[in-house]
Amino acid sequence: MVTVEFLGPIGKAPLSLDITNLNQLTPILKEDESLSSWLKNSAVAINDMLVKDANAELKDGDKISLLPPVCGG
Amino acid sequence: MSKLQLFDGDLPVESITNKWYDEFRNSNYGAIITFVGVVRDEDNIDGLSFDIYEPILNSWFDGWQEKAKQRNAIVLMAHSKGDVLNHTSSYIAAVCSPKRRVALELIDEFVEDFKASAPIWKYDIIEGKREYALDRSTAIDGAGLLS
Repeated sequence: MVTVEFLGPIGKAPLSLDITNLNQLTPILKEDESLSSWLKNSAVAINDMLVKDANAELKDGDKISLLPPVCGG
Repeated sequence: MSKLQLFDGDLPVESITNKWYDEFRNSNYGAIITFVGVVRDEDNIDGLSFDIYEPILNSWFDGWQEKAKQRNAIVLMAHSKGDVLNHTSSYIAAVCSPKRRVALELIDEFVEDFKASAPIWKYDIIEGKREYALDRSTAIDGAGLLS
């Protein structure tokens, strides 16, 4: 199992999913209409490291985070 | 003293910047540049509010400390969590460097990358409610991976 957390303004409770590759996550999240606008502009981190590989492998216990657009300061 | 400090609510600017000055003025840095961000009264907001994701903020900041070290400099930063009312400060960044030119360049690069990459989310406070400032926010490099 992996966990998926939604940071900042997305405001959605974490999910626990039985997936082994990041590419399995997109169709699952697309089923949720409240996430559709966030998927286009959110970055993704695995275990707190930002990733750019949509086919990254996942292992049991991994934490995936969605980071929407930022504005500090 | 941690070079990255987070505070609940507005920043005690004088205390933070005085401590930095006292800590580093004897380290033979010839240039200490401090940038203080102040919340402006505009668009009928009462203030701003911030969420921070600390694990990635820490690794982003550590990366900048390494970049600064390669130029014999250090970076310092303080930021607010939660609500910060108008005309108070939510953000301070500083660079200490032996050389003026390095400090001037680094403070610019550091603050600009902070705006584009640091995992902090800003909300306007309007009539007691938080409204996400999407139009002033920047998608992190690599965003849209799951679209």
